[in-house]
Amino acid sequence: MIGGLFIYNHKGEVLISRVYRDDIGRNAVDAFRVNVIHARQQVRSPVTNIARTSFFHVKRSNIWLAAVTKQNVNAAMVFEFLYKMCDVMTAYFGKISEENIKNNFVLIYELLDEILDFGYPQNSETGALKTFITQQGIKSQLQTKEEQSQITSQVTGQIGWRREGIKYRRNELFLDVLESVNLLMSPQGQVLSAHVSGRVVMKSYLSGMPECKFGMNDKIVIDKQGKGGTTDEAGKSSGKQSIAIDDCTFHQCVRLSKFDSERSISFIPPDGEYELMRYRTTKDIILPFRVIPLVREVGRTKLEVKVVIKSNFKPSLLAQKIEVRIPTPLNTSGVQVICMKGKAKYKASENAIVWKIKRMAGMKESQISAEIELLPTNDKKKWARPPISMNFEVPFAPSGLKVRYLKVFEPKLNYSDHDVIKWVRYIGRSGIYETRC
Amino acid sequence: MPAVSKGDGMRGLAVFISDIRNCKSKEAEIKRINKELANIRSKFKGDKALDGYSKKKYVCKLLFIFLLGHDIDFGHMEAVNLLSSNKYTEKQIGYLFISVLVNSNSELIRLINNAIKNDLSSRNPTFMCLALHCIANVGSREMAEAFAGEIPRILVAGDTMDSVKQSAALCLLRLYRTSPDLVLMGEWTSRVVHLLNDQHMGVVTAAISLITCLSQKNPEEFKTCVSLAVSRLSRIVSSASTDLQDYTYYFVPAPWLSCKLLRLLQCYPPPEDGAVKGRLVECLETILNKAQEPPKSKKVQHSNAKNAILFEAIALIIHYDSEPNLLVRACNQLGQFLQHRETNLRYLALESMCTLASSEFSHEAVKTHIETVINALKTERDVSVRQRAADLLYAMCDRSNAKQIVAEMLSYLETADYSIREEMVLKVAILAEKYAVDYSWYVDTILNLIRIAGDYVSEEVWYRVIQIVINRDDVQGYAAKTVFEALQAPACHENMVKVGGYILGEFGNLIAGDPRSSPLVQFNLLHSKFHLCSVPTRALLLSAYIKFINLFPETKPTIQEVLRCDSQIRNSDVELQQRAVEYLKLSSIASTDVLATVLEEMPPFPERESSILAKLKKKKGPGAVSGNELEEGKREGGELNGAGERPGDSSAIGASNAVRLHIPTHSLNYDIIYPPPPLFQSTPSPSADLLGLRSAAPVSAAPPSAGSLLVDVFSEAGPAAPAAGANDDGFLRFVCKNNGVLFENQLLQIGVKSEYRQNLGRMYLFYGNKTSVQFVNFTTTLKPVDPLVEGGAQVQQVINIECLTVFSDAPLLNIKFRYGGALQNLTLKLPVAINKFFQPTEMSSHDFFQRWKQLSQPQQEAQKIFKANHAMDTEVLKAKLLGLGTALLEKVDPNPDNFVCAGVIQTKAQQVGCLLRLEPNAQAQVHTHFPVRALGLESRPLGVSSVTTLSLCVSVVHHSFICNKCL
Repeated sequence: MIGGLFIYNHKGEVLISRVYRDDIGRNAVDAFRVNVIHARQQVRSPVTNIARTSFFHVKRSNIWLAAVTKQNVNAAMVFEFLYKMCDVMTAYFGKISEENIKNNFVLIYELLDEILDFGYPQNSETGALKTFITQQGIKSQLQTKEEQSQITSQVTGQIGWRREGIKYRRNELFLDVLESVNLLMSPQGQVLSAHVSGRVVMKSYLSGMPECKFGMNDKIVIDKQGKGGTTDEAGKSSGKQSIAIDDCTFHQCVRLSKFDSERSISFIPPDGEYELMRYRTTKDIILPFRVIPLVREVGRTKLEVKVVIKSNFKPSLLAQKIEVRIPTPLNTSGVQVICMKGKAKYKASENAIVWKIKRMAGMKESQISAEIELLPTNDKKKWARPPISMNFEVPFAPSGLKVRYLKVFEPKLNYSDHDVIKWVRYIGRSGIYETRC
Repeated sequence: MPAVSKGDGMRGLAVFISDIRNCKSKEAEIKRINKELANIRSKFKGDKALDGYSKKKYVCKLLFIFLLGHDIDFGHMEAVNLLSSNKYTEKQIGYLFISVLVNSNSELIRLINNAIKNDLSSRNPTFMCLALHCIANVGSREMAEAFAGEIPRILVAGDTMDSVKQSAALCLLRLYRTSPDLVLMGEWTSRVVHLLNDQHMGVVTAAISLITCLSQKNPEEFKTCVSLAVSRLSRIVSSASTDLQDYTYYFVPAPWLSCKLLRLLQCYPPPEDGAVKGRLVECLETILNKAQEPPKSKKVQHSNAKNAILFEAIALIIHYDSEPNLLVRACNQLGQFLQHRETNLRYLALESMCTLASSEFSHEAVKTHIETVINALKTERDVSVRQRAADLLYAMCDRSNAKQIVAEMLSYLETADYSIREEMVLKVAILAEKYAVDYSWYVDTILNLIRIAGDYVSEEVWYRVIQIVINRDDVQGYAAKTVFEALQAPACHENMVKVGGYILGEFGNLIAGDPRSSPLVQFNLLHSKFHLCSVPTRALLLSAYIKFINLFPETKPTIQEVLRCDSQIRNSDVELQQRAVEYLKLSSIASTDVLATVLEEMPPFPERESSILAKLKKKKGPGAVSGNELEEGKREGGELNGAGERPGDSSAIGASNAVRLHIPTHSLNYDIIYPPPPLFQSTPSPSADLLGLRSAAPVSAAPPSAGSLLVDVFSEAGPAAPAAGANDDGFLRFVCKNNGVLFENQLLQIGVKSEYRQNLGRMYLFYGNKTSVQFVNFTTTLKPVDPLVEGGAQVQQVINIECLTVFSDAPLLNIKFRYGGALQNLTLKLPVAINKFFQPTEMSSHDFFQRWKQLSQPQQEAQKIFKANHAMDTEVLKAKLLGLGTALLEKVDPNPDNFVCAGVIQTKAQQVGCLLRLEPNAQAQVHTHFPVRALGLESRPLGVSSVTTLSLCVSVVHHSFICNKCL
């Protein structure tokens, strides 16, 4: 189990130090600083073992969060906890920065007391935490006994993520499908690896204790229904659009037993924002952009680069925030860029040409060409030619995921599925989207 | 130095550095650096030429980036351009960049050398200094090649500025250290020596470092420096503190120079010229006198400077070791320091006294301080000082005070620091042995030692006590009694059990008369410790038990009962189990006669250098590794504990897997044991050089005298000079010989001493460095040795050899080392041939021919007819055949011309009997045919074809005859 948790700033100064177990001594704080933060060689592994003590760290901007243990714990659990911890902190005071951590010093210790007990992770649901850890100082006088007992029963009860007696005038539901596409493509356009990792994020403002059911074009479900007596035609058409999900994880509110038996996703939603599920697909991915690089070395002191990008989706849709990053050799001494669309600039500090386009419709193509001047060097080392990477945002799900339905049942209160206003949005973003050149 | 003008502030650099320092994260820093690099690249690329200022600024930035840990692969050209600038700051930055970043890039080196040459030949002293500093900072071989000839000229030129001379001397010193072969002083020698007379003290100080280094390598050439140094020293010593102005440091005139002068003098023996010597003695006396004067300042720097000179002077006095008066005075001076409140002084005093104690003149004087030293050992707070005190006690010990010192050391041992305990134990053991008047005191002391500090008593210590007890009849009874009493303690150390087991097993009978220590009581006492001991000790105890059966037949049933019980006879440890089984059988089958023969009392050990002493010497050596001790212990264990031969880690090498080599790390750096060449050391060497390699060492080309010297040592090797290079020849010579020179060339000489018994052998290899330069990265395939072999030094390596089965190819020995930068690689055959494992067998004529006839089948016979390379001489042939290891049977063969031999080849797997007949052709002329016929009989055929064995034998015999240098 986790023996202690430290938060450092970028200089390695300890901002928060909370030790849960006696086997973690004071020197553990320094050991991590010396061996990881100030290490001569940049430490890449998120888990570091120093003197039989394991340090698990995540970095958020300039802040290091490190969980320490002497035992052989489940590393995935520790990281899940650290991410949750980041989420909780973000939900309480926004961006995780040195400034914010210093300002919310007491709050963080309070949170740490609540979400870890003797090193064992506890309820880390933001909504639930917010009911009893507040930023308005001591509230106990104002809280009625009834409220207190309500909180207790919620936190300790079966549905820890939702309290009773929530009431909204307008029952509303927001559903976002957020996906990131990862790609590695050869210069000839062959896909070397590609996958989509997606999240279904919901915001629910519903009264009472509603029961929800979420349906999407999961291949297994569609195939089952196809067999279950629908017409062949329907089966075919839906089969085409169904997607194969490689793996997925759910929010704790989802009834896993039902998912296992019927593959239906039913749950009592928490109030407010939460992440319903995460998933990953690797088959039949729609690649929104194709990058065609062309690099020509003209002698020892000159390099010509031409890059064409093609958008590959419905012309009615618009991609946004497009950015192409073309790495330049380390001995670049000057760059001239010409591009048809958007803006391109040589950024010396990043050793790359960055080409930005605000908007681009589907089925279009655009081109940039650059002349790179090189300084002859003493080394005979060849340039490693790192891949060209790309960033973008598209208004559809590159995995092909479609929300088929989201039904809400609240038997006790008198509103039905039709009364709920539902909003669905798809956003596809680039993850690591690279093409070799 | 030219003043830095305001324009040279390089604001851009300052801004860049402060930017970097303000970066919040590593990523930010890298971004900033990338940006700057791109900027510099574009500037350097730019078509218009950069002015000197911006060039300097950018080169500076590059240097800064490089020092932050980033690679810089451009800008070298711009830096080289800066070298030709006329501005000091620009030149300086250029040189800085070159000395930090230059690599052996051919085209640039040429340009750089050109620029340096220009600066060296300029009249500007600042530029000359910059160039010299750059040469020294780079200090590469290329630099030495280019400038080694130039710098001495600058150094001795009359018109060179003093500051340049200083730089030149130090630069030359640096080049000499990196590539001594390129710096040839030759014609400059006398003029360099005369720099000692220079007006400028700085020049003298710089030059003396150079001269010291040079004279260590070529003492003869620089001999003249002695008188100059003495006169210079006397001038300084006799000067008032105000005379030397700039070179007076806290009222001490030129302390650094004085120290260096004294150190230079330590390279030479006392001057022969009476006047010079008188003057020097006067100086030394003055220095000793000055130490008595009240300090002129309370500042610590003053006393430090004064004492530094004093200690160097004392070191010189000790080095000369010829002025009793001075030695005693030095000793008294040090005696005062022994109680000084400055810890460093106490340490230094003890350290110097250690060397003083070994001089015959001052030994008595040192001894007067014994109480103080003992007190220091007990009360000193600093462990390193206590260590020195222990060393000194050890050094000042002699017959008169041995008992007192050993008693003090023993009593201190109980509270001693863990770090020095082991060494203390060794010292106590050695002193006790060396100065033992009666051996009962010795036995008492050692047993006490084991009782007090059992954990730190290394194997050697208890081996030694057993060796001594076995070799001295008079103490055996006493030892048995004492050991018996010591064992009665409820908790006694394992080493005590080992000693007890061994001694009672050998000499238990001497105390068996007493009913309190009757055989059964002895046995029960030993056996009560049995279960607490580790496996090797248990094995030893089992051997002791079987010896008990021999000594006291009445204990036989009890002991057999013990051996028979499951915990012995079915012990999971194979060694214990085997011993239990074998001893049980032995005791039940063999008659008392046989038992008495098998379990006879151990014969006295051959006297040789105490193994403990060797160990202590090794401990002090720079290359001492504690891991060595363990393995060495194993080897010694095998030697002492006759029944317990255990093969350790084996590493078979070379083509043959039949020979197993145990290599205990016995690589003593002989620099420690044998003092460096006599010029540098006047104390007589404690032990003779084994191979006499030493005396031939300092000469770079092997003179014939080296060969003949070796011949003397190895007797019959004949007047022929040892074959250089051709190892095959060397190998063949070893067929009939065990000792000699295996290999020799201009650099290295490898001597071999070996001894064989049955299927085991031990070989000592001596690697002698014949040059005056140290070998670096010296490695052999056998076993790590000390990677540095000093010039003229010798390194020893011990290999244990076990013949597992019959083999044909000798194992290979590969030696690699670096000599002056060049990698030397040698592959030699180790002189191990199958005949080394011959055991001679005597038999009568009748027996011989009976067996000869029995072995007439083709696979049991091999023969070879070959031509002799040289004239046949009966005596020579006889000697050769004997050298082969077989027994030469006289009057066996009816034909008196024929030679007949018999022997058994001992391998681990089997024993092969061999009969051998040499039938020289009747015309005993130069071209004679030697038909050799050999027959083998296998006592235990174990699958190896006897034909192979035999043909091997024959070929070995053949080799021995074609090599005319065999004997």
